[in-house]
Amino acid sequence: MKILVLISNVPDTTTKIRFTGDNTAFDAAGVQWIINPWDELALTRAMELKEAGGVEKITVANVGEKITEATLRKALAVGADDAIRIDAPAKDAFFVASQLSKIAGDYDLILAGIEASDYNGNAVGGMLAELLDYNSVSAVSGINMDGDKFVINREIDGGSQVLSVTGPLVAIVQKGIAKEPRIPAMRGIMMARKKPLNVVEAVDAHEKTSFVNFELPPPKAACKMVDEENAKELITLLHEEAKVL
Amino acid sequence: MSILVYTENWDGKFKKLSFELVSYAAAIAKEMGLDLTALSIGNVADDELNKLGNYGASKILKVENDKFNSLDNKALSKAVVAAAENVGAKIVVFAHNNLGKALAPRVSVKLNAGLVSGVTELPSSTSPFVVKKKVFTGKAFANVKVDAENVVLTFAQNSYEIVETGGSAAVEAFDPQVGDADFSTVVNETNKITGKVLLNDAEIVVSGGRGMKSGDNWGGLEELADLLNAGMACSRPVSDEGWRSHDEHVGQTGKIIAPNLYFAFGISGAIQHLGGVSSSKVIVAINKDPEAPIFEAADYGIVGDVFKVIPQLIEGVKEM
Ligand SMILES: Cc1cc2nc3c(=O)[nH]c(=O)nc-3n(C[C@H](O)[C@H](O)[C@H](O)COP(=O)(O)OP(=O)(O)OC[C@H]3O[C@@H](n4cnc5c(N)ncnc54)[C@H](O)[C@@H]3O)c2cc1C
Ligand SMILES: Nc1ncnc2c1ncn2[C@@H]1O[C@H](COP(=O)(O)O)[C@@H](O)[C@H]1O
Repeated sequence: MKILVLISNVPDTTTKIRFTGDNTAFDAAGVQWIINPWDELALTRAMELKEAGGVEKITVANVGEKITEATLRKALAVGADDAIRIDAPAKDAFFVASQLSKIAGDYDLILAGIEASDYNGNAVGGMLAELLDYNSVSAVSGINMDGDKFVINREIDGGSQVLSVTGPLVAIVQKGIAKEPRIPAMRGIMMARKKPLNVVEAVDAHEKTSFVNFELPPPKAACKMVDEENAKELITLLHEEAKVL
Repeated sequence: MSILVYTENWDGKFKKLSFELVSYAAAIAKEMGLDLTALSIGNVADDELNKLGNYGASKILKVENDKFNSLDNKALSKAVVAAAENVGAKIVVFAHNNLGKALAPRVSVKLNAGLVSGVTELPSSTSPFVVKKKVFTGKAFANVKVDAENVVLTFAQNSYEIVETGGSAAVEAFDPQVGDADFSTVVNETNKITGKVLLNDAEIVVSGGRGMKSGDNWGGLEELADLLNAGMACSRPVSDEGWRSHDEHVGQTGKIIAPNLYFAFGISGAIQHLGGVSSSKVIVAINKDPEAPIFEAADYGIVGDVFKVIPQLIEGVKEM
């Protein structure tokens, strides 16, 4: 069995969000780039499955420009066997999924994150599944193999389920898929330098959405303070002033 | 031509979310001079379906086929596409919840549509179609333009006022013609969360952090939540420690919620925590540290000990 883990390259989660060019573009100056947290957990789970046996190879893939290679190297250092970078800016989710569909056909299991922490698209995994005509399971919080089947835990609105699904499959993962992300060890970092990182040319595809501009939320008014000894006053304020009780 | 809105049901019933969603879709339909059709898959009685008319749906396509109960993503998205084609939908609207997020991307590919997920407002323009969505986990918004024939949206709950129109809808049975080969999901087990206000539905959320000190001190918060009919939530370390169950964890790596009122008890307000709650209408913080960053995000605050404050709030609510 071969697993493909999709990797989105995103700003560190503590990055202060700013925009440039009249709020038309994200200001990437000084930003630390990381593997999207969900993708990091997906990769961790893929490693666990490989260690349990039955997985031949784990490939990581990204659609991005040269700058994303550092993030792919990190994924190799965590333990992926090889990496693919499709050389194009990630214009929109449909463009990205179209690129990925050209390299994803050989894999039995494709893992995507539920959303990238930058533009919160919630899109690429499902679009890729549709382009490949594979089934997909979303909000996946656990995945195991049982012969040729995947046994999956997923969250549904109002509860959770355990499913069996046959592959090939796109699993779109969230919290719970792995406990803690694996951090690359020194040995992993050394080995990653020798692992293949293949750069693939992009195919023609049209994006369907574009960002007109960005806005920051309006600054909050100062927090209104209530005295600890007189906490009941808070309830009155919430009732009469804020009108939320 | 029409707009299609996908309305999920829970054991045959719609929720407030469904009505908010239909109201939102109806407002777009009105703006664009289109009809609004609601698609309902599952066993929902006609008088329940008819309720959707009161929020602006003029037609309801009902699909009653138990095979869809497995929520197979491939089969369900085929059914939605069939319905969209049946009514000539230019726009398909889903809720931005687990099922909506699962189906919308697939449907957008099939309909050659641009997808915008997590929209929070009506489109600012319909030609070209431009709509606002959350980005950077609520830390910013983007105005997104769709350059495609059709549009698929997922709508972020609690961002639109429910509007009752007094209208009614015609219910029509619909067979989307999805073949057996499209179903490959077998459900072995379903666990429903019962007896609790679901976090994603709650208008008020009571949340605790590491300041609650241990898993044994939550009686007061539970009582407060009960009185307010509120959902319970917690910060990540609290669920990591096992003080509360994982489905209560909110934040960037947990649930993302946007209630009308969010109470943070003993939560410092780390950026990853705020990512999950900052879209709440009103945030209240109770923290003994006046410098805690949560106060920068909060609308109301008390600098003080949670264990002194909670009983007073309970008393205050009881007197209300
Ligand atoms: C990639 C990543 C993702 C993350 N995702 C999330 C996430 O989704 N959700 C999340 O919550 N965190 C997340 N975190 C963790 C986050 O950074 C913080 O560590 C966490 O939110 C802190 O939880 P806390 O506020 O409960 O605890 P603390 O930061 O320890 O704060 C406890 C607060 O309680 C106050 N306090 C103590 N005793 C009392 C008392 N008796 N009365 C009143 N106040 C008291 C203290 O002053 C303090 O401010 C993430 C971190 C990373 C790196
Ligand atoms: N440029 C990209 N290259 C590879 N995978 C991506 C890319 N963008 C998004 N993904 C994958 O799709 C998931 C969801 O991203 P999104 O749809 O952008 O929110 C991410 O967690 C990744 O697994």
